[in-house]
Amino acid sequence: MNFKKYLKVYKKFLHTSLASELEYKTNILIDLITAILSLIGSIFLLSIFFQNNTSIGGWGFEQSLIIQGIYTVLNGITNTWFNPNLTEIVKHIREGTLDFVLLKPIDSQFFISLKKIAPSGFLEIILGFCLLIYCIKINQINLNLTFFTLCLITIICSICILYSIWFFISTTTIWFIKTWNATEVLRSFLYIGRFPLNSFSFSLRVFFSVFIPIAFITTIPSEVFLGISQLWKILLEVIVALVFLLTSRKFWLFALKFYSSASS
Amino acid sequence: MVSNLIKNKISTLLKVQYSTMMEYRVEIALWAISGIIPFFMLNIWTNNNLNESINISNIMLSRYFLCAFFVRQFSVVWVVFSFEEDSLLGKVSPYLIQPLNPFFRYFAQHLAEQITRFPFALVIAFFFFIFNPESIWIPNLGSLFLGIISTFLSFLIQFLIQSIIACLCFWTEKASSIERLLFIPTLFLSGLLAPVVSFPEYVKSWIYLTPFPYLIDFPANLLSGNPINVIGGFIMQILWIILFFPLFRKIWTTGTKKYTAMGS
Repeated sequence: MNFKKYLKVYKKFLHTSLASELEYKTNILIDLITAILSLIGSIFLLSIFFQNNTSIGGWGFEQSLIIQGIYTVLNGITNTWFNPNLTEIVKHIREGTLDFVLLKPIDSQFFISLKKIAPSGFLEIILGFCLLIYCIKINQINLNLTFFTLCLITIICSICILYSIWFFISTTTIWFIKTWNATEVLRSFLYIGRFPLNSFSFSLRVFFSVFIPIAFITTIPSEVFLGISQLWKILLEVIVALVFLLTSRKFWLFALKFYSSASS
Repeated sequence: MVSNLIKNKISTLLKVQYSTMMEYRVEIALWAISGIIPFFMLNIWTNNNLNESINISNIMLSRYFLCAFFVRQFSVVWVVFSFEEDSLLGKVSPYLIQPLNPFFRYFAQHLAEQITRFPFALVIAFFFFIFNPESIWIPNLGSLFLGIISTFLSFLIQFLIQSIIACLCFWTEKASSIERLLFIPTLFLSGLLAPVVSFPEYVKSWIYLTPFPYLIDFPANLLSGNPINVIGGFIMQILWIILFFPLFRKIWTTGTKKYTAMGS
Protein backbone atom coordinates (compact mmCIF):
# COMPACT_ATOMS: atom_id res chain seq x y z
CA MET A 1 0.00 0.00 0.00
CA ASN A 2 1.17 3.45 -0.88
CA PHE A 3 0.16 5.07 2.38
CA LYS A 4 2.09 2.50 4.38
CA LYS A 5 5.20 3.18 2.36
CA TYR A 6 5.00 6.90 3.07
CA LEU A 7 4.45 6.26 6.76
CA LYS A 8 7.50 4.04 6.86
CA VAL A 9 9.61 6.61 5.04
CA TYR A 10 8.42 9.32 7.40
CA LYS A 11 9.48 7.25 10.40
CA LYS A 12 12.96 7.08 8.91
CA PHE A 13 12.97 10.86 8.37
CA LEU A 14 12.03 11.40 12.00
CA HIS A 15 14.72 9.10 13.22
CA THR A 16 17.56 10.64 11.22
CA SER A 17 16.69 14.28 11.78
CA LEU A 18 16.06 13.82 15.51
CA ALA A 19 19.38 12.06 15.85
CA SER A 20 21.23 14.90 14.16
CA GLU A 21 19.40 17.64 16.05
CA LEU A 22 20.01 16.07 19.44
CA GLU A 23 23.72 16.54 18.81
CA TYR A 24 23.24 20.14 19.92
CA LYS A 25 21.71 19.68 23.35
CA THR A 26 22.60 23.09 24.80
CA ASN A 27 21.01 24.64 21.75
CA ILE A 28 17.72 23.01 22.58
CA LEU A 29 17.93 24.38 26.11
CA ILE A 30 18.61 27.89 24.82
CA ASP A 31 15.73 27.55 22.38
CA LEU A 32 13.46 26.57 25.26
CA ILE A 33 14.37 29.74 27.15
CA THR A 34 13.90 31.75 23.96
CA ALA A 35 10.40 30.31 23.46
CA ILE A 36 9.39 31.09 27.05
CA LEU A 37 10.80 34.63 26.91
CA SER A 38 9.11 35.25 23.60
CA LEU A 39 5.74 34.24 25.04
CA ILE A 40 6.30 36.43 28.11
CA GLY A 41 7.26 39.30 25.80
CA SER A 42 4.10 39.05 23.74
CA ILE A 43 1.92 38.87 26.84
CA PHE A 44 3.79 41.91 28.17
CA LEU A 45 3.04 43.77 24.92
CA LEU A 46 -0.63 42.80 25.19
CA SER A 47 -0.72 44.03 28.78
CA ILE A 48 0.57 47.42 27.57
CA PHE A 49 -2.31 47.58 25.12
CA PHE A 50 -4.77 46.76 27.86
CA GLN A 51 -3.31 49.07 30.48
CA ASN A 52 -6.05 51.65 30.13
CA ASN A 53 -8.38 49.87 27.74
CA THR A 54 -10.78 47.06 28.36
CA SER A 55 -10.87 45.85 24.78
CA ILE A 56 -9.07 46.19 21.47
CA GLY A 57 -11.12 45.43 18.38
CA GLY A 58 -13.85 44.00 20.61
CA TRP A 59 -11.53 41.48 22.26
CA GLY A 60 -10.87 41.53 25.99
CA PHE A 61 -7.50 40.64 27.51
CA GLU A 62 -8.53 37.08 28.43
CA GLN A 63 -9.85 36.51 24.93
CA SER A 64 -6.77 37.94 23.27
CA LEU A 65 -4.72 35.41 25.21
CA ILE A 66 -6.46 32.70 23.18
CA ILE A 67 -5.15 34.25 19.96
CA GLN A 68 -1.72 34.40 21.58
CA GLY A 69 -2.00 30.69 22.46
CA ILE A 70 -3.08 29.63 19.00
CA TYR A 71 -0.36 31.78 17.45
CA THR A 72 2.23 30.14 19.70
CA VAL A 73 1.08 26.64 18.72
CA LEU A 74 1.14 27.52 15.01
CA ASN A 75 4.49 29.25 15.34
CA GLY A 76 5.84 26.12 17.02
CA ILE A 77 4.57 24.02 14.12
CA THR A 78 6.19 26.44 11.67
CA ASN A 79 9.49 26.22 13.51
CA THR A 80 9.34 22.43 13.79
CA TRP A 81 8.37 21.53 10.25
CA PHE A 82 7.98 24.36 7.77
CA ASN A 83 11.00 26.49 8.52
CA PRO A 84 13.74 23.83 8.50
CA ASN A 85 12.36 22.08 5.41
CA LEU A 86 11.19 24.88 3.21
CA THR A 87 14.30 27.00 3.66
CA GLU A 88 16.14 23.91 2.48
CA ILE A 89 14.38 24.13 -0.90
CA VAL A 90 16.37 27.27 -1.62
CA LYS A 91 19.58 25.36 -0.97
CA HIS A 92 18.43 22.38 -3.07
CA ILE A 93 17.75 24.60 -6.04
CA ARG A 94 20.85 26.75 -5.78
CA GLU A 95 23.18 23.81 -5.44
CA GLY A 96 21.32 21.60 -7.88
CA THR A 97 20.71 18.85 -5.32
CA LEU A 98 17.01 18.93 -6.19
CA ASP A 99 18.00 16.48 -8.93
CA PHE A 100 18.54 13.80 -6.29
CA VAL A 101 15.16 14.48 -4.76
CA LEU A 102 13.38 14.28 -8.10
CA LEU A 103 15.09 10.99 -8.95
CA LYS A 104 13.83 9.26 -5.83
CA PRO A 105 10.82 6.94 -6.26
CA ILE A 106 8.79 9.07 -3.89
CA ASP A 107 6.68 12.19 -4.18
CA SER A 108 9.03 15.19 -4.32
CA GLN A 109 6.71 17.51 -2.39
CA PHE A 110 6.39 14.94 0.39
CA PHE A 111 10.15 14.55 0.54
CA ILE A 112 11.11 18.21 0.68
CA SER A 113 8.28 19.19 3.02
CA LEU A 114 8.85 16.60 5.71
CA LYS A 115 12.48 15.58 5.51
CA LYS A 116 13.69 17.53 8.52
CA ILE A 117 12.36 18.28 11.96
CA ALA A 118 13.53 20.77 14.55
CA PRO A 119 12.59 19.45 17.99
CA SER A 120 12.94 22.81 19.72
CA GLY A 121 9.66 23.88 18.13
CA PHE A 122 7.87 21.20 20.19
CA LEU A 123 8.44 23.27 23.30
CA GLU A 124 6.61 26.16 21.73
CA ILE A 125 3.71 23.91 20.80
CA ILE A 126 3.52 22.64 24.38
CA LEU A 127 3.70 26.20 25.75
CA GLY A 128 0.91 27.24 23.41
CA PHE A 129 -1.30 24.38 24.57
CA CYS A 130 -0.61 25.22 28.22
CA LEU A 131 -1.73 28.79 27.54
CA LEU A 132 -4.84 27.50 25.78
CA ILE A 133 -5.72 25.25 28.73
CA TYR A 134 -5.31 28.25 31.02
CA CYS A 135 -7.57 30.23 28.68
CA ILE A 136 -10.25 27.54 28.87
CA LYS A 137 -10.17 28.02 32.63
CA ILE A 138 -10.31 31.80 32.77
CA ASN A 139 -12.86 32.15 29.97
CA GLN A 140 -15.05 29.37 31.43
CA ILE A 141 -15.44 27.52 28.19
CA ASN A 142 -17.71 24.48 28.13
CA LEU A 143 -15.90 21.45 26.90
CA ASN A 144 -17.89 19.12 24.70
CA LEU A 145 -17.43 17.01 21.63
CA THR A 146 -18.55 19.61 19.07
CA PHE A 147 -16.16 22.11 20.61
CA PHE A 148 -13.25 19.73 20.19
CA THR A 149 -14.11 18.68 16.64
CA LEU A 150 -14.63 22.26 15.47
CA CYS A 151 -11.40 23.39 17.12
CA LEU A 152 -9.53 20.52 15.57
CA ILE A 153 -10.97 21.20 12.10
CA THR A 154 -10.17 24.91 12.15
CA ILE A 155 -6.68 24.44 13.53
CA ILE A 156 -5.91 21.77 10.93
CA CYS A 157 -7.18 24.16 8.26
CA SER A 158 -4.94 26.91 9.65
CA ILE A 159 -1.96 24.60 9.49
CA CYS A 160 -2.82 23.74 5.87
CA ILE A 161 -3.09 27.41 4.90
CA LEU A 162 0.14 28.26 6.67
CA TYR A 163 1.94 25.37 5.01
CA SER A 164 0.62 26.33 1.59
CA ILE A 165 1.79 29.93 1.92
CA TRP A 166 5.26 28.85 3.01
CA PHE A 167 5.47 26.23 0.31
CA PHE A 168 4.20 28.64 -2.32
CA ILE A 169 6.86 31.23 -1.54
CA SER A 170 9.60 28.62 -1.36
CA THR A 171 8.54 27.24 -4.73
CA THR A 172 9.13 30.60 -6.39
CA THR A 173 12.84 29.90 -5.77
CA ILE A 174 12.81 27.89 -8.99
CA TRP A 175 12.59 31.18 -10.90
CA PHE A 176 14.25 33.63 -8.54
CA ILE A 177 16.97 31.36 -7.06
CA LYS A 178 17.29 33.36 -3.84
CA THR A 179 14.01 33.83 -2.02
CA TRP A 180 15.33 33.21 1.44
CA ASN A 181 14.47 36.79 2.26
CA ALA A 182 10.96 36.47 0.94
CA THR A 183 10.25 34.01 3.75
CA GLU A 184 11.57 36.64 6.13
CA VAL A 185 9.01 39.11 4.78
CA LEU A 186 6.33 36.47 5.25
CA ARG A 187 7.50 35.97 8.82
CA SER A 188 7.10 39.64 9.63
CA PHE A 189 3.61 39.63 8.12
CA LEU A 190 2.64 36.54 10.08
CA TYR A 191 3.56 38.47 13.21
CA ILE A 192 0.21 40.22 12.80
CA GLY A 193 -1.47 36.92 13.63
CA ARG A 194 -0.77 37.63 17.30
CA PHE A 195 -3.48 40.25 17.43
CA PRO A 196 -7.21 40.12 16.70
CA LEU A 197 -7.93 41.12 13.13
CA ASN A 198 -10.56 43.62 14.24
CA SER A 199 -7.95 45.75 15.94
CA PHE A 200 -6.58 46.86 12.58
CA SER A 201 -7.95 49.50 10.26
CA PHE A 202 -10.31 48.46 7.48
CA SER A 203 -7.76 48.51 4.66
CA LEU A 204 -5.27 46.34 6.55
CA ARG A 205 -8.10 43.99 7.49
CA VAL A 206 -8.97 43.50 3.83
CA PHE A 207 -5.30 43.01 2.96
CA PHE A 208 -4.87 40.38 5.66
CA SER A 209 -7.97 38.46 4.69
CA VAL A 210 -7.55 38.46 0.93
CA PHE A 211 -3.86 38.54 0.05
CA ILE A 212 -2.30 36.89 3.05
CA PRO A 213 -5.13 35.13 4.87
CA ILE A 214 -3.79 35.68 8.35
CA ALA A 215 -7.36 36.31 9.41
CA PHE A 216 -8.15 32.69 8.72
CA ILE A 217 -5.06 31.41 10.42
CA THR A 218 -5.54 32.67 13.97
CA THR A 219 -8.71 34.75 14.31
CA ILE A 220 -11.25 32.15 13.16
CA PRO A 221 -9.84 29.32 15.33
CA SER A 222 -9.88 31.70 18.28
CA GLU A 223 -13.50 32.60 17.61
CA VAL A 224 -14.36 28.92 17.44
CA PHE A 225 -12.51 28.48 20.70
CA LEU A 226 -14.70 31.12 22.30
CA GLY A 227 -17.80 29.65 20.71
CA ILE A 228 -18.73 32.87 18.93
CA SER A 229 -17.91 31.86 15.38
CA GLN A 230 -20.62 31.54 12.77
CA LEU A 231 -20.89 28.36 10.75
CA TRP A 232 -20.24 30.10 7.42
CA LYS A 233 -16.86 31.31 8.65
CA ILE A 234 -15.81 27.77 9.52
CA LEU A 235 -17.00 26.50 6.16
CA LEU A 236 -15.19 29.34 4.43
CA GLU A 237 -12.00 28.46 6.24
CA VAL A 238 -12.28 24.82 5.13
CA ILE A 239 -12.79 25.92 1.53
CA VAL A 240 -9.89 28.39 1.69
CA ALA A 241 -7.63 25.71 3.14
CA LEU A 242 -8.56 23.25 0.38
CA VAL A 243 -8.03 25.85 -2.34
CA PHE A 244 -4.64 26.81 -0.90
CA LEU A 245 -3.49 23.21 -0.61
CA LEU A 246 -4.57 22.31 -4.14
CA THR A 247 -3.06 25.48 -5.59
CA SER A 248 0.25 24.98 -3.87
CA ARG A 249 0.37 21.41 -5.17
CA LYS A 250 -0.48 22.49 -8.73
CA PHE A 251 2.00 25.34 -8.50
CA TRP A 252 4.80 22.97 -7.44
CA LEU A 253 4.13 20.63 -10.35
CA PHE A 254 3.97 23.62 -12.69
CA ALA A 255 7.21 25.09 -11.32
CA LEU A 256 9.06 21.80 -11.70
CA LYS A 257 8.64 22.12 -15.49
CA PHE A 258 10.88 25.17 -15.30
CA TYR A 259 13.54 23.56 -13.16
CA SER A 260 16.74 23.33 -15.12
CA SER A 261 19.24 21.92 -12.62
CA ALA A 262 22.44 23.72 -11.71
CA SER A 263 25.09 24.30 -14.37
CA SER A 264 23.19 22.61 -17.15
CA MET B 1 51.31 57.34 8.26
CA VAL B 2 49.40 54.87 10.39
CA SER B 3 46.17 56.79 10.07
CA ASN B 4 46.64 56.96 6.32
CA LEU B 5 47.01 53.21 6.18
CA ILE B 6 43.86 52.69 8.19
CA LYS B 7 42.03 55.15 5.97
CA ASN B 8 43.16 53.27 2.88
CA LYS B 9 42.11 49.93 4.28
CA ILE B 10 38.75 51.20 5.36
CA SER B 11 37.92 52.90 2.08
CA THR B 12 39.00 49.82 0.12
CA LEU B 13 36.93 47.54 2.32
CA LEU B 14 33.93 49.81 1.98
CA LYS B 15 34.24 49.97 -1.80
CA VAL B 16 34.52 46.19 -2.11
CA GLN B 17 31.61 45.52 0.19
CA TYR B 18 29.46 48.17 -1.45
CA SER B 19 29.88 46.60 -4.87
CA THR B 20 29.06 43.17 -3.42
CA MET B 21 25.95 44.57 -1.80
CA MET B 22 24.82 46.21 -5.04
CA GLU B 23 24.71 42.72 -6.54
CA TYR B 24 21.99 41.79 -4.06
CA ARG B 25 19.65 44.75 -4.48
CA VAL B 26 16.46 42.69 -4.51
CA GLU B 27 17.48 40.85 -1.40
CA ILE B 28 18.17 44.08 0.44
CA ALA B 29 14.84 45.49 -0.73
CA LEU B 30 13.14 42.44 0.77
CA TRP B 31 15.06 42.93 4.02
CA ALA B 32 13.84 46.49 4.10
CA ILE B 33 10.24 45.36 3.62
CA SER B 34 10.53 42.78 6.37
CA GLY B 35 11.13 45.62 8.81
CA ILE B 36 7.68 47.16 8.50
CA ILE B 37 6.33 45.71 11.75
CA PRO B 38 6.38 49.16 13.45
CA PHE B 39 3.74 50.32 10.95
CA PHE B 40 1.42 47.47 11.87
CA MET B 41 1.91 48.35 15.51
CA LEU B 42 1.11 51.99 14.75
CA ASN B 43 -2.11 50.80 13.15
CA ILE B 44 -3.14 48.96 16.32
CA TRP B 45 -2.24 51.96 18.49
CA THR B 46 -4.13 54.58 16.55
CA ASN B 47 -7.03 52.40 15.50
CA ASN B 48 -7.89 51.60 19.13
CA ASN B 49 -7.04 55.05 20.51
CA LEU B 50 -4.51 53.44 22.81
CA ASN B 51 -2.28 56.52 22.63
CA GLU B 52 -4.73 58.75 24.48
CA SER B 53 -3.71 57.27 27.79
CA ILE B 54 -0.02 58.04 27.28
CA ASN B 55 -0.57 61.60 26.03
CA ILE B 56 0.92 61.26 22.59
CA SER B 57 -1.09 62.58 19.68
CA ASN B 58 -1.74 60.39 16.65
CA ILE B 59 0.62 62.46 14.55
CA MET B 60 3.48 62.33 17.01
CA LEU B 61 2.99 58.59 17.44
CA SER B 62 3.04 57.98 13.70
CA ARG B 63 6.25 60.00 13.44
CA TYR B 64 7.68 58.01 16.31
CA PHE B 65 6.96 54.68 14.62
CA LEU B 66 8.27 55.92 11.27
CA CYS B 67 11.52 56.94 12.97
CA ALA B 68 11.61 53.62 14.83
CA PHE B 69 11.41 51.94 11.43
CA PHE B 70 14.30 54.04 10.15
CA VAL B 71 16.45 53.50 13.23
CA ARG B 72 15.86 49.77 12.99
CA GLN B 73 16.75 49.78 9.29
CA PHE B 74 20.11 51.38 10.04
CA SER B 75 20.98 49.47 13.16
CA VAL B 76 20.27 45.91 12.03
CA VAL B 77 23.26 43.71 12.78
CA TRP B 78 23.84 40.14 11.64
CA VAL B 79 27.51 39.68 12.34
CA VAL B 80 26.85 36.52 14.42
CA PHE B 81 25.33 34.75 11.45
CA SER B 82 28.14 35.76 9.08
CA PHE B 83 30.84 34.87 11.56
CA GLU B 84 29.25 31.56 12.50
CA GLU B 85 29.06 30.53 8.85
CA ASP B 86 32.64 31.63 8.18
CA SER B 87 33.97 29.84 11.22
CA LEU B 88 32.04 26.63 10.46
CA LEU B 89 33.38 26.64 6.90
CA GLY B 90 36.91 27.40 8.09
CA LYS B 91 37.00 30.77 6.33
CA VAL B 92 38.17 32.50 9.49
CA SER B 93 41.67 31.01 9.20
CA PRO B 94 42.79 33.09 6.20
CA TYR B 95 41.24 36.18 7.78
CA LEU B 96 43.29 35.65 10.91
CA ILE B 97 46.55 35.72 8.96
CA GLN B 98 45.78 39.11 7.46
CA PRO B 99 47.01 42.15 9.40
CA LEU B 100 43.46 43.31 9.97
CA ASN B 101 40.90 42.28 12.51
CA PRO B 102 38.23 40.35 10.58
CA PHE B 103 35.54 42.31 12.38
CA PHE B 104 36.53 45.35 10.31
CA ARG B 105 35.45 43.35 7.32
CA TYR B 106 32.04 42.68 8.84
CA PHE B 107 31.78 46.27 9.97
CA ALA B 108 32.37 47.49 6.42
CA GLN B 109 29.85 44.95 5.20
CA HIS B 110 27.19 46.39 7.49
CA LEU B 111 27.95 49.99 6.54
CA ALA B 112 27.84 49.14 2.84
CA GLU B 113 24.54 47.38 3.29
CA GLN B 114 23.09 50.40 5.05
CA ILE B 115 24.07 52.64 2.14
CA THR B 116 22.43 50.22 -0.30
CA ARG B 117 19.37 50.00 1.90
CA PHE B 118 18.87 53.75 2.18
CA PRO B 119 16.91 54.32 -1.07
CA PHE B 120 14.56 51.42 -0.32
CA ALA B 121 13.86 52.78 3.14
CA LEU B 122 13.08 56.15 1.56
CA VAL B 123 10.62 54.51 -0.83
CA ILE B 124 8.85 52.82 2.08
CA ALA B 125 8.73 56.15 3.93
CA PHE B 126 7.27 57.76 0.81
CA PHE B 127 4.43 55.22 0.77
CA PHE B 128 3.95 55.76 4.47
CA PHE B 129 3.39 59.47 3.86
CA ILE B 130 0.93 58.75 1.06
CA PHE B 131 -1.20 56.83 3.54
CA ASN B 132 -0.59 59.26 6.41
CA PRO B 133 -0.24 62.68 4.75
CA GLU B 134 -0.93 64.52 8.01
CA SER B 135 2.25 63.20 9.62
CA ILE B 136 4.64 64.79 7.11
CA TRP B 137 7.20 66.96 8.85
CA ILE B 138 10.64 68.32 8.27
CA PRO B 139 12.88 67.66 11.26
CA ASN B 140 15.12 70.57 12.17
CA LEU B 141 18.76 70.11 11.29
CA GLY B 142 19.92 69.87 14.90
CA SER B 143 17.64 66.99 15.85
CA LEU B 144 18.29 65.28 12.53
CA PHE B 145 22.03 65.48 13.18
CA LEU B 146 21.70 64.23 16.77
CA GLY B 147 19.28 61.53 15.63
CA ILE B 148 21.72 60.21 13.03
CA ILE B 149 24.54 60.17 15.57
CA SER B 150 22.46 58.32 18.14
CA THR B 151 21.32 55.82 15.47
CA PHE B 152 24.95 55.18 14.66
CA LEU B 153 25.77 54.75 18.36
CA SER B 154 22.85 52.33 18.65
CA PHE B 155 24.29 50.41 15.70
CA LEU B 156 27.69 50.36 17.44
CA ILE B 157 26.20 48.99 20.67
CA GLN B 158 24.40 46.22 18.81
CA PHE B 159 27.45 45.49 16.71
CA LEU B 160 29.60 45.13 19.84
CA ILE B 161 27.06 42.91 21.63
CA GLN B 162 26.76 40.65 18.59
CA SER B 163 30.51 40.55 18.07
CA ILE B 164 30.92 39.38 21.65
CA ILE B 165 28.36 36.65 21.03
CA ALA B 166 30.02 35.83 17.70
CA CYS B 167 33.31 35.24 19.51
CA LEU B 168 31.57 32.50 21.48
CA CYS B 169 31.79 30.57 18.19
CA PHE B 170 35.34 29.78 19.26
CA TRP B 171 33.93 27.69 22.10
CA THR B 172 30.59 26.46 20.76
CA GLU B 173 29.75 25.90 17.12
CA LYS B 174 26.32 27.47 17.16
CA ALA B 175 26.38 30.90 18.73
CA SER B 176 23.41 32.11 16.71
CA SER B 177 20.93 30.53 19.13
CA ILE B 178 22.29 32.79 21.88
CA GLU B 179 21.74 35.73 19.57
CA ARG B 180 18.15 34.63 18.95
CA LEU B 181 17.67 34.49 22.72
CA LEU B 182 19.00 38.01 23.14
CA PHE B 183 16.87 39.24 20.27
CA ILE B 184 13.67 38.66 22.28
CA PRO B 185 14.31 41.34 24.95
CA THR B 186 15.65 43.62 22.21
CA LEU B 187 12.41 43.20 20.28
CA PHE B 188 10.07 43.86 23.17
CA LEU B 189 12.03 46.35 25.27
CA SER B 190 13.74 48.53 22.68
CA GLY B 191 10.62 50.44 21.72
CA LEU B 192 10.16 48.89 18.29
CA LEU B 193 6.66 47.61 19.08
CA ALA B 194 5.59 50.15 21.69
CA PRO B 195 7.26 53.37 22.82
CA VAL B 196 9.04 52.97 26.15
CA VAL B 197 6.94 55.80 27.63
CA SER B 198 3.93 53.51 27.45
CA PHE B 199 5.53 50.77 29.54
CA PRO B 200 4.07 50.12 32.99
CA GLU B 201 5.82 51.74 35.95
CA TYR B 202 7.35 48.53 37.28
CA VAL B 203 9.29 48.17 34.01
CA LYS B 204 10.08 51.84 33.51
CA SER B 205 11.83 51.98 36.88
CA TRP B 206 14.73 49.81 35.69
CA ILE B 207 14.55 49.79 31.90
CA TYR B 208 16.56 53.00 31.46
CA LEU B 209 19.55 51.36 33.12
CA THR B 210 19.67 48.60 30.48
CA PRO B 211 20.97 49.19 26.94
CA PHE B 212 17.61 48.36 25.32
CA PRO B 213 15.79 51.72 25.23
CA TYR B 214 18.86 53.36 23.70
CA LEU B 215 18.74 51.02 20.71
CA ILE B 216 15.53 52.30 19.13
CA ASP B 217 13.41 54.35 21.49
CA PHE B 218 16.01 57.05 22.20
CA PRO B 219 17.11 57.72 18.58
CA ALA B 220 13.52 57.49 17.33
CA ASN B 221 12.32 60.04 19.88
CA LEU B 222 15.19 62.34 18.99
CA LEU B 223 14.44 62.13 15.28
CA SER B 224 10.68 62.50 15.61
CA GLY B 225 10.93 65.42 17.99
CA ASN B 226 9.25 63.77 20.96
CA PRO B 227 10.45 64.93 24.39
CA ILE B 228 13.47 62.98 25.62
CA ASN B 229 16.45 63.50 27.90
CA VAL B 230 19.08 64.11 25.21
CA ILE B 231 22.24 64.37 27.30
CA GLY B 232 21.33 61.46 29.55
CA GLY B 233 20.61 59.28 26.53
CA PHE B 234 23.92 60.02 24.85
CA ILE B 235 25.81 59.44 28.09
CA MET B 236 24.18 56.03 28.50
CA GLN B 237 24.88 55.08 24.88
CA ILE B 238 28.54 55.99 25.18
CA LEU B 239 28.78 54.30 28.57
CA TRP B 240 27.53 51.02 27.13
CA ILE B 241 30.00 51.27 24.26
CA ILE B 242 32.86 51.92 26.70
CA LEU B 243 31.70 48.91 28.70
CA PHE B 244 31.32 46.49 25.79
CA PHE B 245 34.44 47.40 23.84
CA PRO B 246 37.09 46.06 26.29
CA LEU B 247 34.90 43.01 26.81
CA PHE B 248 34.99 42.35 23.09
CA ARG B 249 38.78 42.85 22.96
CA LYS B 250 39.23 40.43 25.83
CA ILE B 251 36.99 37.71 24.43
CA TRP B 252 38.56 38.15 20.98
CA THR B 253 42.13 37.67 22.22
CA THR B 254 41.21 34.68 24.39
CA GLY B 255 39.11 33.22 21.59
CA THR B 256 41.75 33.45 18.88
CA LYS B 257 44.21 31.70 21.15
CA LYS B 258 41.74 28.87 21.57
CA TYR B 259 40.88 28.74 17.87
CA THR B 260 41.66 25.56 16.02
CA ALA B 261 40.77 25.60 12.36
CA MET B 262 38.29 23.06 11.06
CA GLY B 263 40.02 19.86 10.04
CA SER B 264 43.27 20.50 11.79
